[in-house]
Amino acid sequence: MSDVAKGPVTVITGTSRGIGEHLAKHYLRLGHRVVGCSRRSLQWKHEQYIHHETDVSDEAGVKRLFADVRKRWNRVDHLINNAGLASMNHSLVTPFSTVHDIVQTNLVGPFLFCREAAKQMGKRRFGRIVNLTTVAVPLKLAGEAVYAASKAGVESLTQVLARELAEFGITVNAVGPVPIATDLIRGVPRDKIDHLLSLQAIPRMGTCQDVANVIDFFLRQESDMVTGQTLYLGGV
Amino acid sequence: MREELLSLVTGCAREVGELQELELPSDLTPHTQLFGQQGLFDSVGLVGLVVAVEEAIEDQYGLSVTLADQRAMSQERSPFRTVGSLSEYAVKLIESSR
Repeated sequence: MSDVAKGPVTVITGTSRGIGEHLAKHYLRLGHRVVGCSRRSLQWKHEQYIHHETDVSDEAGVKRLFADVRKRWNRVDHLINNAGLASMNHSLVTPFSTVHDIVQTNLVGPFLFCREAAKQMGKRRFGRIVNLTTVAVPLKLAGEAVYAASKAGVESLTQVLARELAEFGITVNAVGPVPIATDLIRGVPRDKIDHLLSLQAIPRMGTCQDVANVIDFFLRQESDMVTGQTLYLGGV
Repeated sequence: MREELLSLVTGCAREVGELQELELPSDLTPHTQLFGQQGLFDSVGLVGLVVAVEEAIEDQYGLSVTLADQRAMSQERSPFRTVGSLSEYAVKLIESSR
């Protein structure tokens, strides 16, 4: 069987639950070979899925993951930087350790994954990178200062990398979901969620399928003229 | 090890040259410039070379090194100037990783 017939290689971070788990299973259904990671062990299996237990901001762990992909298949087609950490707190009562952890997971991690993935994508002059951001950035939500700032960093990273990596045939885009019923927003009070929904043009909660739909578009071969873009769901 | 690394870097330079469809000189010496006006590569080619050398070191020595580290970037004379300076820098990195 040719390498192409085995399906593209898609790396997804944060696959143990939530949007990441959904995306991994979605692309496995589409015939991709998926490499995922999370800090915790995985509760599900698939023959076309390889899991790495690593923190996304651990440089050595990230390098090990990509070295493993190179030895197995010597190609990376897609990277989806999904792993994220949120904390709803007024800035005056936000502990330093929370600030550190959010920036490490939401900004440093995606940078490391982009860097290592692009090294392999560049050799084949093809690659698609999609970063997860949030509507908390354009909506400037009170109580999410560090989370929104880290994701604003991701959007800036997306735009600059789009320019740096274009000559390697790599596109870099971002998708900003509205609230989705996952563990990430479990602790957010209902009235806060309702207020957030009222700010959207389409005032409903999002779904993992909504996110996958946008990523499907960014990953398409034909989307080679689409880069440096951030697409928010819900008309934000 | 110096000779080994010289040959590794030269091999990687040829590999990247082929990928970029460049006509490299038949004789690559330690003094061959990699970058700049008389250099073999443009910035994209140089990035490709750095990646190729990192991977070759991993395959040959089982070591994961980062050539473009803080030390490399802060040196007055870039280790990426010539085939020889890159080989020397790779030797230092390998020796300090062991």
